[in-house]
Amino acid sequence: MLASLLIVFREIIEAGLIVGIILAATEGVAGRGLWIAGGVAGGVLGAGLVALFAGALSNALEGVGQEVFTVGILCVAVLMLGWHTIWMARHGREIAAEMNAAGAAVKGGQKSLLAMAIVVAIAVLREGSEVVLFLYGIAVSTNEGPIPLLVGGMLGMLGGGMLSYLLYRGLVIIPMRHLFSVTNTLVALLAAGMAGQAADLLARTDIIPAWGDQLWDSSRLLSEGSMVGRALHALVGYSDRPSGVQVAAYLVTLVLLVSLSRAIGKPAATRPGGGVGRPAPQVR
Amino acid sequence: MRLLLAFCAVLLAAGPALADDVVHLAIRDHKYDPPRIEVPAGVKFKLIVKNEDQTPEEFESFDLKREKVVPPGQEIPVFLGPLDAGEYKFFGDFHQDTAQGVMVAK
Repeated sequence: MLASLLIVFREIIEAGLIVGIILAATEGVAGRGLWIAGGVAGGVLGAGLVALFAGALSNALEGVGQEVFTVGILCVAVLMLGWHTIWMARHGREIAAEMNAAGAAVKGGQKSLLAMAIVVAIAVLREGSEVVLFLYGIAVSTNEGPIPLLVGGMLGMLGGGMLSYLLYRGLVIIPMRHLFSVTNTLVALLAAGMAGQAADLLARTDIIPAWGDQLWDSSRLLSEGSMVGRALHALVGYSDRPSGVQVAAYLVTLVLLVSLSRAIGKPAATRPGGGVGRPAPQVR
Repeated sequence: MRLLLAFCAVLLAAGPALADDVVHLAIRDHKYDPPRIEVPAGVKFKLIVKNEDQTPEEFESFDLKREKVVPPGQEIPVFLGPLDAGEYKFFGDFHQDTAQGVMVAK
């Protein structure tokens, strides 16, 4: 039971941390609870479908279907996080100002919520499909006692859920004035990590050049397989043996998102002092 | 946004290159066969992992930086190399107590 608890918990960590960040990043936007919950539900459903069609997926595209599929959903997630970054650059201060003034949820932002729900769904789908396959394997093997293992799996999922909640609570302790600059940074790092993973996957399947199979090896210092390594992998895209193209994609995405967010945000360097925020310029 | 899209499109546009050598590895009773497998060092090769069990397995290796699901009764290609000579551990993520193996690149 403990073994399956640990395996499932380990798989869920990544999705759990991403959900925690997204929850904090959408703090104060009306109706976000439903959207995020919908994202989780959609992700679970998707995970089941991916597990069901795992065979067909593996055989697709001369055996690299799994990788190309993962790259596809990672790219979608990166785009959605980019969208969120732009949206926050336009509206983040209004939200912070209104939250301070009324303590109430801000209306609007449904598009941004849709983007965030998609990111949550993708995060859950990616990790969830492995959990589904693992639990399925337990369920069909007769010689091991399936019930305690399944119970362990459920507890592992619960643990992953609690981790999201703890991260979220930890983040929203940050005063509203600074919360969004923290979450914007986290979202940018998240997106960069995902872009890096996507590029690395393509290099691994020989679709693009790797630009150096291994730029450095920090596995002795901090293994990507350890709990801390996995958490950092999910949060900031840590990799103990990154390929060149992975680092390149990481940096390009990070620089792009940070500069986009700076360019679109208010050019004046005035800090909102808790007063009424000036409406963001409509750049669209 | 558009730049990101373009970036992803460029990534997906390039075609896969071909690996020369093929090495076979089987999963049977949640164990790798052979548990110690020799592969050529310094060249690209394709590892075909065949899962002969009734349950799914995941071929995973931190040393090789690979993680790939192998559905029951199916085989999947893993593109590897060029590897430096040496030993690389791999395991089955879903049955780590039994599914352990070492790849020796010579």
